[in-house]
Amino acid sequence: MNKEKTILDLSFERVHKRRQLVQTIIFSVVRMAALLSATGLFIVLYFIVSNGWKAISWDFLTQFPLDSMTKGGILPCIVGTLCLGIGAIVVALPIGVATGIYLNEYARPGKLLRIIRLGISNLAGVPSVVFGLFGLAFFVIWLGIGESILAGVLTLAALTLPVIIGSTEEALKAVPNTYREASLALGASRWQTISRVVLPAAMPGVLTGAILGLSRAAGETAPVMFTAAVFYTPYLPTSLFDKIMALPYHIYVLATAGTNIESTRPLQYGTALVLITLVLGMNFATILWRARLRKRMK
Amino acid sequence: MTSARQKKDKGVRILFFSVALTSIAILLMIVIFLFMEGMPIFNKVNISQFIFGHYWYPTSRPPDFGIFPLILASIFVTMLSALIAVPLGVMTAIYLAELASQRVANVVKPVIELLAALPSVVVGFFGMVVVAPFLQEYFGIATGLNLFNASLMLAFMSLPTICSLSEDAIYSVPVMLKEGSLALGATHLQTIVQVILPASISGISTAIILGMSRAIGETMVVLMVAGGAAMIPMSIFDPVRPMPASIAAEMAEAAFRGDHYHALFATGIVLFLFTLSFNILADYISNKYRQAGEASL
Repeated sequence: MNKEKTILDLSFERVHKRRQLVQTIIFSVVRMAALLSATGLFIVLYFIVSNGWKAISWDFLTQFPLDSMTKGGILPCIVGTLCLGIGAIVVALPIGVATGIYLNEYARPGKLLRIIRLGISNLAGVPSVVFGLFGLAFFVIWLGIGESILAGVLTLAALTLPVIIGSTEEALKAVPNTYREASLALGASRWQTISRVVLPAAMPGVLTGAILGLSRAAGETAPVMFTAAVFYTPYLPTSLFDKIMALPYHIYVLATAGTNIESTRPLQYGTALVLITLVLGMNFATILWRARLRKRMK
Repeated sequence: MTSARQKKDKGVRILFFSVALTSIAILLMIVIFLFMEGMPIFNKVNISQFIFGHYWYPTSRPPDFGIFPLILASIFVTMLSALIAVPLGVMTAIYLAELASQRVANVVKPVIELLAALPSVVVGFFGMVVVAPFLQEYFGIATGLNLFNASLMLAFMSLPTICSLSEDAIYSVPVMLKEGSLALGATHLQTIVQVILPASISGISTAIILGMSRAIGETMVVLMVAGGAAMIPMSIFDPVRPMPASIAAEMAEAAFRGDHYHALFATGIVLFLFTLSFNILADYISNKYRQAGEASL
């Protein structure tokens, strides 16, 4: 017996078809948006890499700038950026890790914890140029350190602190509670548990945070403009109180205030390529490392 | 016997607690030093003249210290960048959390993370040498360094923040809600629009506010591509001078502890208050309107 389709069935079918159509259309718009967001990175990379690779040579990486920075290499900028980035991490890592440990292992929910967390999230939101102003007013002038690596390092350390706290906490959260309970049940004190069980287990995660912080510090421009970086210096730094050149600031200077902006384009692209290789390279390494860690945790 | 150990444990605890206060201490120091170096300008001009004054000529004689055009420029570039970044960011988040297969998501997510890691000076440089000439030619305008270009680049910089925080919010909506909706016969689209998005709206709002906060404080991009004219813009293709650009560009030439120097710090105070209120608002929303389900941002 053939069942006839009723009017109700037909109209239901039509509504269903229309809904499916609307869904298909809107989902393709959403897919396009995601595609657009992801291509952004590759467009920037394409332009920097395709224009920048011609400038890269052994000399470019190992020579000083020549002829009022219209020729030559960027060695002092690379050295300066590494000094600033590594220095910032040396200062920020112990403070950030200790804060992360307090927040995850000791703190109990309450008003005090809320205030500390609010402080950290607001510190993370302070504009980079305001960090520059703070570094200038406090480290350079008030403490009398002067424009120097040290002032730049301290300013960048303040800026990277929230990054390190965040990844430390994430790493500590990923350590299963059974580890802690087992250690405490064996009679270990809280501190013994943290220092010998929890922290070693969380170490890889903490280190990825350190690398992320390093890359963040290396890429910042505004905070070092008033505190550490100069247009040009013919020397490599020998002490913490020297002024230095830095890759991001060098790009800015060449692109906006150099003696001949158009003719130094290849140098600008080349410097930008070195900077993003450094920064994105570090980030990419942490992404791969994290993926591996996650797999192992499971 | 245990008392020595307990004492040590307590000591360690107190040590960690005091280190944990460092962030707040730094935040307070930032406020103190901004005000210390910024307040003296208000002996020369009063606060409302400073904020609502239409003319920013810090180096002419007599100088004019009115940052209204700078504030407006900051607000305009932030709003316009949000108009671009919010739909893109939220839709990308929906795609990642709801539509993408695990394999695609595993590729797209790191790409968005790397986008967030691009140094701002590189984005600014890209805007200067690639986007600006393109805009100039395509729209036939006087300069490609303008409000629109700056907003475009800022959208680019705030997109990762908006996208990844929104994705967390959408992802943490309990599966039960979704399944309930699908079981009632709703389509996937209806479920997303009428169940999942409303349930994660507080997290998404937080994401949007934090993205805008990042945009308004972003310095190198607006310094390099906004054009730098301290005027109230009449069109989106006018050059502008947002607050961070003004501070970064002029600090080097301002005489130490002169009026100009103090005025720049005072501009820093205004900028800081903007981002501070954005961040406090975001924190308030994410705490007040807890997400449906246990997971919250």
